[in-house]
Amino acid sequence: MENKLRGKSAIVGTGHAGFGEAPGLTAYDIMAEAGLAALADAQLKLSDVDGLFCTMMEDSMPALMAAEYLGIRPRFVEGTMTGGSSFVNYITAATMALAAGLCDVVLIVYGSNQRSGSGKLVTASRPPPYEQIYRPRYPISAYALAAARHMHEFGTTREQLADVAVAARAWAQHNPEAFERGDLTREDVLAARMVSDPLTVRDCCLVTDGGGAIVMVRSERARDFPKPPVYVLGCAAESTHRQISQMPDFTVTAARESGARAFAAAGVSPSDIDVVELYDAFTINTVLFLEDLGFCEKGEGGAFVEGGRIAPGGGLPVNTNGGGLSCVHPGMYGIFTVIEATRQIRGDAPGLQIANVDLALAHGNGGTLSSQVTAILGSENTL
Amino acid sequence: MVLPKCNACGRFHFFPRVVCPHCYATSFTSHEVSGKGEIHTTTVVRRPPDRGGDYNVCIVELEERVRMMSRIEGVAPPDVEIGMAVIAYAGEIDGTPAVLCRPEGG
Repeated sequence: MENKLRGKSAIVGTGHAGFGEAPGLTAYDIMAEAGLAALADAQLKLSDVDGLFCTMMEDSMPALMAAEYLGIRPRFVEGTMTGGSSFVNYITAATMALAAGLCDVVLIVYGSNQRSGSGKLVTASRPPPYEQIYRPRYPISAYALAAARHMHEFGTTREQLADVAVAARAWAQHNPEAFERGDLTREDVLAARMVSDPLTVRDCCLVTDGGGAIVMVRSERARDFPKPPVYVLGCAAESTHRQISQMPDFTVTAARESGARAFAAAGVSPSDIDVVELYDAFTINTVLFLEDLGFCEKGEGGAFVEGGRIAPGGGLPVNTNGGGLSCVHPGMYGIFTVIEATRQIRGDAPGLQIANVDLALAHGNGGTLSSQVTAILGSENTL
Repeated sequence: MVLPKCNACGRFHFFPRVVCPHCYATSFTSHEVSGKGEIHTTTVVRRPPDRGGDYNVCIVELEERVRMMSRIEGVAPPDVEIGMAVIAYAGEIDGTPAVLCRPEGG
């Protein structure tokens, strides 16, 4: 995003639905409930929505399915599918569309019933043509290949990866909305069933139902809504590959570029950020993104997350809702990084609320470390 | 085994396509390659013994500096190590052509 879009749009509503298990509901039911919750949060109605940004795992035209379901006729529709980063990615196009006057009220919305529907990751995408024959388990084997290389190059340990899961659980234990709130120790993670070395089932995100939504408007009217507005200060993306075998460097993601451009657009640096919300599909993600976004040096992510550094009471609050590892993961988690970042800035986080949050980072990951999108959000004080 | 080599920049690529991913030229020649390479990264996919047991999935980097997914044969999955010297060869999995690897000298 160019600097000229800094602060031009704001999030004025968030909503979610179907966390954990939502038996009897379709993915579109959950999508709609999340959307209605976000609109209610902003005291808006479905009839106010003229910009719809949506993708789902089950269809090739999910945005049209969603508009039909909701009974709306949006004049701006965006459904670019970059996997779990899609909903962070939409923030850029939504800001552009709002700033250009192409629409006035944006609803970014997503829902999934993958847990009660099938119990595993649902996808409409074709298997990667040059990989499927080797039967990697998707997506975990892709992340395992990245984790193994990181361990080889930098000496990152399974214990350090386990600490990421333990920190996420510790945040989740304070969040009544989180799905997994039982005790979890480093030893539990290490002793859990190995799925694709070096990752155990406890290094993996949850498989839950759930939907999320945000409402965005132009900043000049952002104060007209009941909740404190949260401004988009910067949002940037970069993608490197689709198939994991084509990843240029297994230890460096495009978050390095998306992060650098998002920070530049916002005019802030990592040390200014009060809370960090990262797409933690697997424990290695958190390590990679903390490095690539500049919270620590490349190769030092393992040591950085050790000893509760990113847990409650640690030096850097990361994934304060419990993340995809312990709060919710319906297949594409990206929207929930934005929702939690927004609520932390507004001061109405469902779990542990960090004091005086002015700047939050929400980072989306899509595919197999393929698409990286970083958004910097800020309070009124940051404009 | 053959790999496409760009006639403009001289670099190899995998998978085959109509445009060079390095320089965007569109003219290639197929070159016979030795298959010499090393394991760039690797994982053991766990599977119950009654469904076939654990197996290897790896990324091999050939000396032509291209990488691809593969499987190493003749080494127990937990013994496959990053940096291991291998020879990639054209084989098949369940009747479908696939690039497989064996340890160099093995």
